[in-house]
Amino acid sequence: MTPRALFTSLSVLLVGLFCASLLIGPAGLGIGESLTALIAGGDDPLALVMQEIRLPRAILGALIGVSLGLAGAAMQGYLRNPLAEPGLIGVSGSAALGAVLALQTGVAASFALALPLSGLAGAVIGVLLILMLAGPRGSSMTLILAGIAISALAGALTALVLNLSPNPFATSEIVFWMMGSLADRSMSHVWLAGPIMLVGWGMISLTARTLDALTLGEDATSALGLSLTATRLWLVLGVAASVGAATSVAGAIGFVGLVVPHLMRPLVGARPARLLWASALGGASMVLAADIAVRLVLPDRDLKLGVLMALVGAPLFLHLIYKTRREFA
Amino acid sequence: MSVFVRRSDPNILAAVAALLICAGAAMADAPKRVVSINLCTDQLAMMLAAPGQLVSVSYLARDRRSSAMADLAEGYPVNRGLAEDVFLLKPDLVLTGDHTTPATVAMLERLGVRVERFSLATDFDQIADRLRQMGRALGREAMGAAAAARFEADVAGLQSDAGQRMARRAALYYANGYTSGDDTLAGHILAAAGLANIASELGMPAGGSLALETLVMAGPDALITAERFEGHSRSEDILNHGVLRRVAESAARSTTNANWVCGTPHVLSAIEGLRE
Repeated sequence: MTPRALFTSLSVLLVGLFCASLLIGPAGLGIGESLTALIAGGDDPLALVMQEIRLPRAILGALIGVSLGLAGAAMQGYLRNPLAEPGLIGVSGSAALGAVLALQTGVAASFALALPLSGLAGAVIGVLLILMLAGPRGSSMTLILAGIAISALAGALTALVLNLSPNPFATSEIVFWMMGSLADRSMSHVWLAGPIMLVGWGMISLTARTLDALTLGEDATSALGLSLTATRLWLVLGVAASVGAATSVAGAIGFVGLVVPHLMRPLVGARPARLLWASALGGASMVLAADIAVRLVLPDRDLKLGVLMALVGAPLFLHLIYKTRREFA
Repeated sequence: MSVFVRRSDPNILAAVAALLICAGAAMADAPKRVVSINLCTDQLAMMLAAPGQLVSVSYLARDRRSSAMADLAEGYPVNRGLAEDVFLLKPDLVLTGDHTTPATVAMLERLGVRVERFSLATDFDQIADRLRQMGRALGREAMGAAAAARFEADVAGLQSDAGQRMARRAALYYANGYTSGDDTLAGHILAAAGLANIASELGMPAGGSLALETLVMAGPDALITAERFEGHSRSEDILNHGVLRRVAESAARSTTNANWVCGTPHVLSAIEGLRE
C-alpha cells in the first residue's frame, strides 16, 4: 500500500469512528436531529447531550489514541524493540501515580494545568527509569523486567494514595486508574489535557528522522549529523507529555501503543518515521472503536476501556514474546 | 443466706424467688451500658437513651456530612465498630444496623454480648417502627412510642398538602451517576416535599445508575445532588460535569445533607429544606 493510500484509508476510518462515537449512547437519539443539534447548539437537552457529553468523549478518545499510538511507535523505534509500550513498561502507571498524587493532595486544584503536568512529571520519571535500566538499546529481557518493576511499584503507590484518601469513593477508583475509562468526561478535560498532548506530539515528531536513521545503527546516525542526545530528550519529553496528559484524564489505558504499531508496521514497510503518523491515526481509531464497544457491550456497567484493550492486546503481547523468546535465552 | 432460706417458710421462699426474677427481668429490659456501632442507631439511641445509658457511639456520628446529630455526638466517646474495642467497653447491649460486618456481630454474640439489629428504614412507617424498637431495646418503651407518635403526626401534617404540587419533577443524582427511586428513603422525602421523581418515569423504582445523557434528556425541574466528600474522587467528578451546570441553569439545584442519610425524625428537616 502506498503511504498516500494508507493515509487516506486511515483518515476515512478515523472520521467514520468519530461520527459513530457521536451517534452512539444510552439516550438513543436520531442521527439527523443529533447532528443538527451538535452544529446548531442552543439550550435544549439534545444540544447539551451532543455538545457537552458525546463530543468531549469522542474528542478525548481520538486525542488519547493518537498520543498512545505515537508514544508506542516512538519508543519502539528508539529502543528498537517491539515490546516497548507505555502501558507495559510502566510509563502509564507512573503517569497515573503523578495524577492521583496531584488530585489527592489538592495540587490539581491550585492552577489550571496542574493535573496534566503532574501526570507528565510522573511519566518523565517512568521513562527515565526505563531508559536508565534498559540502556540505550534495551534487550527485551531488561526492558520487560524493568517495566514489571516500575508498573508494580507505581500501581502499589497509586493504590496506597487512594486508600489513604479521606474520600470514601477513592479506594474503589483504583480500577479506573489502572484500567482507564472515557465515561462522563467533560469539555474541561479536553481543554486540560489537549494542549499538553499536542505539545507532546510535536516533540515526538522531531525524532522522526533520527528514528529512521537509527535502523542503520547508532554510528550511522551520528555520521549523518543527527544528535542522539537531542533525540533522547525530545523522546522522553514527548512521550511523557502525551502519555502523562492522556492518563491524567482517562486513567492508564494499556496495549494501544503495542497493538497499533504492530498492525501498522507491515503497511509502512517498517519505516519508523512513517510508522509514527500511521500509528497515531491507527491509535485514535483503535481507542474510539474500543470506547464504542464498551458502550454497546455493557451499556449500564461502565465497562473499563482498559479491560477491552487488554483482551485484544494481551494475546498479541504473548505472540510477540513467543517470537522474541530466542533473545531471552 | 442459704442457711436463712433453708429455715424459712416455703411461701416466703417463693416470694423472694419471684421478686428476684422480676428484678432480673427489669434489669434485662433496661440495659445499663449500651454501645451503638451504626450511624443510624447512634442517632436513634442518642434521642431515646437515659442519661449515662449510652456509653459510646460510632465515629461516624461526629461526621457532619453524614450525621444529623454531630454536635450531640461530641459528648459521647466514639468507637470504630471493631469487636475488640466494643467488647472492652463492657456493653450489655450493642446496637447495629443490618449491614454491619457479620464477623463483628458474630464475634460479639460469641462473647455473650446481646446484639440488637435495626434494619434500614426506607419509608416513614419504618422510621416510626425503628423508634419504637429502639425504645423497647433501651427499656424506655413509653418514650419510644411517644417519639414515634409525634413523628407520625408531623409526617401526616406535611403530607396533607404535598399532593397538589406533584407537577414539579426532580432528579436525585449522586456519585457515579447513581439515582434513588421511589422505594428509597430519599424517594419518600421527595414525594413528601411534593416533587415527582424522574427515576420512576424511567422505570427505576429502587434507583440505580442513570446515564448523564438520559438525565439531561429527561429535563428535570429540580436537580438534587449529594454533598461532596473531602479529597478527590472521580466518582464525584460527575457532579461537576459542565452539562449539570447547564441543566441547573434552568432547574432549581439543591444538595442532600446529613438529614437524608438515616431513617430518623430528622428527615422532616430534609423535607422542609426541599420545600423552600
